[in-house]
Amino acid sequence: MRLKIPTDFRIVRLPCTGKIDIIHILRAFEKGADGLYVVGCMEGDCHFNEGNFQARKRVEQAAGILDKIGVGGERVKMYNLSSGEGPLFAQYSMEMVNKIKELGPSPVKLAKQRMQKKADAA
Amino acid sequence: MIIAEKKPIEEIIQEVKDFDRILILGCNECVTVCEAGGKKEVEVLASVLRMYFMAQGQEKTIGERTLERQCDHEYLEEIRNIIDDYDAVVSLACGVGVQFAAEKYLTTPLLPGVNTICLGANEDRGLWTERCQACGTCVLARTGGICPVSRCAKRVLNGPCGGSTNGKCEISKDTDCAWQLIIDRLKALDKMDDYEKVAPVKDWSTDRAGGPRTVIREDVKI
Ligand code: SF4
Ligand code: SF4
Repeated sequence: MRLKIPTDFRIVRLPCTGKIDIIHILRAFEKGADGLYVVGCMEGDCHFNEGNFQARKRVEQAAGILDKIGVGGERVKMYNLSSGEGPLFAQYSMEMVNKIKELGPSPVKLAKQRMQKKADAA
Repeated sequence: MIIAEKKPIEEIIQEVKDFDRILILGCNECVTVCEAGGKKEVEVLASVLRMYFMAQGQEKTIGERTLERQCDHEYLEEIRNIIDDYDAVVSLACGVGVQFAAEKYLTTPLLPGVNTICLGANEDRGLWTERCQACGTCVLARTGGICPVSRCAKRVLNGPCGGSTNGKCEISKDTDCAWQLIIDRLKALDKMDDYEKVAPVKDWSTDRAGGPRTVIREDVKI
């Protein structure tokens, strides 16, 4: 299955989405990510029973925090699909990338770039 | 253990916004177990503050450190060599830790990052409930191991008040009547005779009413 997916995102593999912690999500944004999405198995199909439910909770928590600090909670999202749904994976990646493009760069990334410029000029 | 709850991020931002170099100081004991102020929460808060101030175009230094305990000299001393690198400390320890740190580092503002709630137990994942109010004169021996001081809204000591209905307290249908629990347990222990005994007047001078409390142990003093 040779499907087209956007090239401007990086895949971080996890043994289960239940492994994801809120700090992983926050760190990505702190390092300058414009958006982040977590792709877990279908709800009810988790090999560890509730890994994907835990992940959803953490994604929602992260979104709440990002909203409060002016970064934007809509930059983070949770998707569920089964391992056989390659086309859906491609579709979600397009959807997310388009959404992030619409939102523009994260204010944290912009601030980092400004700081870097200042440091370079000095 | 001591149960605490994270303060809302907006409140912490308000408290720290005028400082440029802020240390987030966690504690490895109770607040770690109740997921309010351990190393993990320090990382999250530090990351959140960094991003917030960056997005505001402000450059701040946010440091992270977690001590074994904040209620002991020996561990608090570990930050003596770095304390002057900061303009303020947000302590995620319980109120005891915040105060002890404040006493030790007189010229550094110490701000609480959690609300200290009670002495309680981890009843279930994500559920902590009060069990003791440190009244200083424990009566559990005659109440079937269930505390009427912390678990009865009226702190009555000789059986339930008139508001006990179907095992629930009149303050809320979700709150067990402590005296119902006590009676159930005394029955299970076959100790209902104890229930009939009128409790002597409790010495409340060892409670908060007597002012701040102190324990002096000559035998362990050096
Ligand atoms: S009687 Fe006093 S010391 Fe004993 S559990 Fe209740 S509050 Fe704590
Ligand atoms: S109903 Fe029970 S727990 Fe509530 S105030 Fe009365 S005796 Fe105390």
